[in-house]
Amino acid sequence: MTAQTTDVLVIGSGFGGAIPAYYLAAGGARVTVLERGPRAAAADFTQSMRLGTYNKIVDVIRGDGVAVVAGNCVGGGSVVYFAASLRAPSFVFERHGSLGRQLWPAALTRAALDPWYDRVEEALPVTRTDWPDVSYAGGVLAAACRRAGRTCNPVPVAVDTNACTNCNWMLSGCRFDAKRSLLLNYLPAAEAHGADIRPLHEVQTVTPSSLSGYRYAVGYTVLDPDDYSCTAQAGVIHAKVVVLAAGAVGTPVILQRSALLLGGIPAAVGRYFSGNGDRVSVADIVEDKVRSLLGLSRPDGSAYQGLPVGRPITAATYDHLDPTAPEYSRFTLQQIYFPPLTNLLAQAAGSPAWFGIEKRNMRARWRSWLTLLAMVEDDNEGTFGVVPLTGSFTRLAPGLGQGTMTYHPTSRTRRAFERADAALREILEKDGLSRVRPWSEDVAGAVTAHPLGSARIGDDPATSALTDGHELRGHSGLFVTDGAAVPTSLTVNPSLTIAALAERAVATIVTRAADAGVTLRRDVPLPGR
Amino acid sequence: MTESDRRSILKALVATLAGLSVGGLDTPEAAAADASESWTTQTIEAFADTLIPGQRRFPGDVVVAGAVTGPGAVQAGAVGLLESPELPVAPLLPAIAALLDARAVAYAALRLIWLPPTLPPFVGLSFSDRTALVGGLFDPDDLDRPIWQVMSLLVGLAFDTAGQQDTGEALGQGHPGLTWLRFPEPDPDGLWRFPDFSYGRPLAALHPNTTASGSPA
Repeated sequence: MTAQTTDVLVIGSGFGGAIPAYYLAAGGARVTVLERGPRAAAADFTQSMRLGTYNKIVDVIRGDGVAVVAGNCVGGGSVVYFAASLRAPSFVFERHGSLGRQLWPAALTRAALDPWYDRVEEALPVTRTDWPDVSYAGGVLAAACRRAGRTCNPVPVAVDTNACTNCNWMLSGCRFDAKRSLLLNYLPAAEAHGADIRPLHEVQTVTPSSLSGYRYAVGYTVLDPDDYSCTAQAGVIHAKVVVLAAGAVGTPVILQRSALLLGGIPAAVGRYFSGNGDRVSVADIVEDKVRSLLGLSRPDGSAYQGLPVGRPITAATYDHLDPTAPEYSRFTLQQIYFPPLTNLLAQAAGSPAWFGIEKRNMRARWRSWLTLLAMVEDDNEGTFGVVPLTGSFTRLAPGLGQGTMTYHPTSRTRRAFERADAALREILEKDGLSRVRPWSEDVAGAVTAHPLGSARIGDDPATSALTDGHELRGHSGLFVTDGAAVPTSLTVNPSLTIAALAERAVATIVTRAADAGVTLRRDVPLPGR
Repeated sequence: MTESDRRSILKALVATLAGLSVGGLDTPEAAAADASESWTTQTIEAFADTLIPGQRRFPGDVVVAGAVTGPGAVQAGAVGLLESPELPVAPLLPAIAALLDARAVAYAALRLIWLPPTLPPFVGLSFSDRTALVGGLFDPDDLDRPIWQVMSLLVGLAFDTAGQQDTGEALGQGHPGLTWLRFPEPDPDGLWRFPDFSYGRPLAALHPNTTASGSPA
């Protein structure tokens, strides 16, 4: 049998994978993309919470002290995310964390990344929204912010707001193709240039290739579409350049499993894991106060009752992003919606808080809940442990896995959470508008949809796995371009930054491909142009 | 309980999600309990009823504590879901129930609470004692905590999402949990859309340092 070969092998088809895949394919390289999850499109996405639907394309990965929500399909997180598309504030790039030295590469500032943000915003594209786009839930947050002397902004989204039906099923994939996921831009453009995207291909190892002219051999297994824990067959593809973008929970594990055969990997692989400082709270809103304090009412006569209505993320306050404030005190507070599968985590007044009579009573007011996401500066305190037999976690069921991450918030992260909690109370409990409490940590620990940092870029080899150009230290031609590469929590939703960093990394990847004899066009336009 | 017991129970619990995912499960009937219910069923029902309490199903129901009026997890089919013979967790429920009953015996002994011999020990506890005991199961140092975490997740999915059914279908049949939440109804074609979703007017000043694309500076 002839060995399978490709010029560029991309592992993962989310933001980190799709973007390099497009530019390299359009530049003339043979590109193969291996994606662990299935391929689905608008017609396949169901507005249903029946198990066996959304949990085929979204995973909850339980770790020690943390649970991560992650995409598992062609297009990765972009298919199931809520499409909030924000640039990270300037101060983020200057963070020192608890290490006492700058965590981001010196070359990377907000100004340096802005041109790449511009490109991504144009390519997806991102819509700058206005007040008529803001849901009732976002409206309550905004009006409460105003009443508390705060500002509040409509949140830009990678959504075609003209096609959007505001159905609020974004976690299940967009039935109406209004969400501008990677299925609608970079990925089809990559395929138009010959990229071969293979779903249900789970990469296990990246090792040196024995084939002349090829640098790496990527080992994979093919998963059964009906049971991802079953393997149908296995294979190896030899590549000149490898772009690893399996997500911040997948990428470090593939590298850890490959470490011996690669002759060692940087110590920072599988360390410095961040949950982006995600902290979810639920405000139990008093309907009468929405009318009397905020002066709001709906055409049907109700004041709010809008939790399940509209896009999941529509408004946020940037008031706590003061660049001169000390680290661990800056955060975004954002309105968000989760389907009721997370209802278990909400806390009622009294004890017990997350179960029992009071909690059941609180569920009866579910439509009057306002769910809020704080994104704070955390401490990159997460680590990855013993490598599982296959994959990046032990798959227990569709949509549920046991991962190897440990994340126990440090006192600095805890204080950051407390500051965000206090700010939410100041805005939302003023004059009895609501009672707001964070999700309980009893059932799932800290929950994050924004895993980051587990193989990060940086200037210091001791605390960063990747160079400023996203190349794994000591391993020429092996790149990491997903959320794992992001050095710190961002205080905003990370997708736009992951995408902008991937755009920026393409130039270095192209250079390395040229070193390996792959001649590429460099003036590739945005996808679809 | 040994570490391997603990692991196999946890594995079976999560495999329950797999069983649900293949769609092989009939809609669980709202539990129609009678006197012949096994101790296992009674214990698991009482556990679910502690998490999301509901009203007594019949006069003299002692399993459902009747702490409230209206539906709870038992009425929403949580136990039917867990006990379905098609799910791999069913054979392990006796062990899980026994674990909870053992905890109840210890709880009662420490507090000099008399447990009626005709009932499973956990069911013999008052609602407030059941509540206190269940709270302790989630102590970070409790070795069995992952079992109770996944059990709670399954009970919650049954009540809050009707996870065993298509959402539109469950709403059409008046699923007790979705009805309790007042989960919105879809359009006649079975799809959700909200043409009325916004107050539609400026509600706060924008941050002064907002960029052209709407981001923070």
